[in-house]
Amino acid sequence: MSKKVLYSYTGIFDTPDEVTHAAEKAVEHGYTKYDVNTPYPLHGMNKAMNLPPSKLGYVALAVGLSGALGALLSLWWVSAVDYPINVGGKPFFSFPAYIPVIFEVTVLSASIATVLAMLFFFFKFPNNAHPLHATDYMKKVSSDKYGISIQAEDPKFDESSVKNFLESIRAKEINAVYWDEEETAHNHKILEPKFLTFLFVVAVLISGTTYFTLNKLMNMLPFNWMMEQSKQSAQQKSLVFEDGFGMRQPVNGTIARGFLPYEFKGKPDLAGEKLVNPILVSKESLKLGQAKYDIYCSPCHGYHAEGDSRLRGQFPNPPSLHSEKVRTWGDGRIFAVITEGQNIMPSHSTQLTVDERWAVINYIRALQRALNAKESDLK
Amino acid sequence: MSSSSVEYQKKELPAKVQTVGFGLFIAGLFLVVLGYIVDPTRSAYNNIIGFTFLASIAVGSLFLVGIEYLSGAVWSTPFRRVSEFLSSLIVLLPVLFIPLLLNVNNIFHWTHPAPSDKTLIGKAPYLNVNFFIGRVLVFWLIWLLFYYLFTKNSLMQDQTKDQNLTKKNVKLAAVFMPLFAITISFAAIDWLMSIEPHWFSTIFGVYYFSGTVLAALAAATIIIVLLNERGYFVKGIHTDSYYSLGALLFAFTNFWAYIAFSQFLLIWYANLPEETFWFLQRWEGSWIAASIGLIVVRFVVPYFGLLSQPSKMNPKRLLVMSSWILFAHYYDLYWLVMPNFSKGGVALGWIELGFPLLIAGLIILVFVYNSRKNNLVPIGDPKLKRGIDFRL
Ligand code: HEC
Repeated sequence: MSKKVLYSYTGIFDTPDEVTHAAEKAVEHGYTKYDVNTPYPLHGMNKAMNLPPSKLGYVALAVGLSGALGALLSLWWVSAVDYPINVGGKPFFSFPAYIPVIFEVTVLSASIATVLAMLFFFFKFPNNAHPLHATDYMKKVSSDKYGISIQAEDPKFDESSVKNFLESIRAKEINAVYWDEEETAHNHKILEPKFLTFLFVVAVLISGTTYFTLNKLMNMLPFNWMMEQSKQSAQQKSLVFEDGFGMRQPVNGTIARGFLPYEFKGKPDLAGEKLVNPILVSKESLKLGQAKYDIYCSPCHGYHAEGDSRLRGQFPNPPSLHSEKVRTWGDGRIFAVITEGQNIMPSHSTQLTVDERWAVINYIRALQRALNAKESDLK
Repeated sequence: MSSSSVEYQKKELPAKVQTVGFGLFIAGLFLVVLGYIVDPTRSAYNNIIGFTFLASIAVGSLFLVGIEYLSGAVWSTPFRRVSEFLSSLIVLLPVLFIPLLLNVNNIFHWTHPAPSDKTLIGKAPYLNVNFFIGRVLVFWLIWLLFYYLFTKNSLMQDQTKDQNLTKKNVKLAAVFMPLFAITISFAAIDWLMSIEPHWFSTIFGVYYFSGTVLAALAAATIIIVLLNERGYFVKGIHTDSYYSLGALLFAFTNFWAYIAFSQFLLIWYANLPEETFWFLQRWEGSWIAASIGLIVVRFVVPYFGLLSQPSKMNPKRLLVMSSWILFAHYYDLYWLVMPNFSKGGVALGWIELGFPLLIAGLIILVFVYNSRKNNLVPIGDPKLKRGIDFRL
């Protein structure tokens, strides 16, 4: 057996008034290392023990505020920056919707932090043993009695004088409390293999149940009821419509976004006259034009539009786009070629939206200027 | 534990108090009458603010008395008379209601719905003048009855010291509470929500209730602090009792904010035009400032004013904060009512001053009258001694 060391002398009282009085006396006597144990918080005890106001509130304040700020930032990041989804036409950053979440996170983080901080202050966590645990004294003061415990660490501590003191304030059941020498070294029970095994088992159990719940249980009766919905999926046969098609045709005359109807079918020269390039030259539009040109046009016309592509010789040679003819064409004329194709060049109207076609044309113009610069470009 | 160990010397309130009350009352009355002559419609809107304010203090005080009996609270027993006295304002409620009734067509446009207004015609079985008056009468009689029974038992106890009277009041309180919940909710719908009869909010009754309790608590706290600091109650009352009053004010301030925000959030989220227009009215012109001001006045200031523990125990701070909260309740009612009268901007003038003065005077006079007739402390109450010894 390990050696026993004296921890403290304890005394018991029947009423809260008596123990408050005892604390006052202990202060008068000059004891500093002592504690009062009661089944519930006694108001006025702080004053009797001459304790400064608890610092625990500041922990709650700091963690609560950072919880609020963290919640606000993460909500902003998720819903306004990283994955903006339009919800009912509201702005992406919708503060009123965040208030309940911020409130909950604040309360949760502040209360958890307060409890943890309390454990640190009281037990010097991760140490979780206290010599008063598992004593008769503790059993009593945690049900209906009030107790005071004067510790051996106290500079004024002296066995007989403490006993006398406790008697003088009429404490009952004056007892000495001992603890194992091992415990005094604050050996961290938390690192014992037994406890670590326990933690491991808990971790496996919790992650196992979570996995089972989310991946299996949710697919079983009755939790899967929400999956069975009386709705029409894509490509399904429909019993509602006469033609049996689940997917419906758009209403006649519907125009898809970015696909304006083309008026100059078979009249490329008229297109050259009438169509005006609506896209102003800008860094972005040139970038887009380059990207699209490199994907769709360069395999035939070459990266620099000189008709020198990698297909050369395997296909009727595509012309250079630097010819006098193409350079003097209006943008609309090129638009007509892209939209309808020309002889063996196929139409690109399904690959490129209207705006992208104009961007490609802007890029071709830039390529042309690179080979045949204007007077003004040289200045 | 016998109550005979409590020493209570009845002290009369100085005559000055009555003079001040009388002065306020007369000044208010003058402004109100003048207001009704100059601009009856605007005065009627002010009248409904004043009336619901007075009803808050009167009925809210009765609620506080009832809740003390029902929960067996002891800390508030030494001050219970204050709330009892204030609840006698219930008797005077018709005085402010009758001028309203004469102007019912000016304020409540459900009294004469347009033939094309299907909504109001659909609501007519509930919103019609006869049923409206009938309901008001029922509410008032219920409140009057319980006011009479509670105070009769309580005052009788001063003489007989009979503990059974407390038991009787506990039973009465158990019956009163559900009736109070129903009447106060319907009163809020009738008097405040139906001013804009196309609008509806299911939480509105609770909204008015939260303000009602705050107003009654604040009014009681002002009187308790003023009189206790001058020794009108029994000796030995500890600051822990102040702390409890402050904590309740703080709690109900949060409760109000919770309810007000719940009402706003759901309407904002759903974004249905038939609900949002009510908030949009309060977001037009200078009403924006009034709406933001409501959050500051009703929540932010009292929240920080009463947050710390010492502030709830400090009589001066408590006095300032409870006066502020009482003002905030009037502000809140103004914000609920007035946008229906002056659309597009706040209306503030001397007409708005009449009712607050009149009501302040009325409350002081009624309190003085009651305190002259009766003890300020329920000396026969078996809980009194424990109430004085109360420690948190
Ligand atoms: C499959 C290879 C191929 C692709 C891809 C292709 N073209 Fe062509 N393009 C040709 C051929 C071949 C001609 C000559 C057709 C003819 O004989 O008139 C031509 C002709 C042209 C002309 C007319 C030149 C002239 O002198 O008549 C223009 C302008 C043009 N292409 C632009 C484009 C643009 C812009 C793209 C990209 C969207 C593109 N082409 C993609 C093969 C291609």
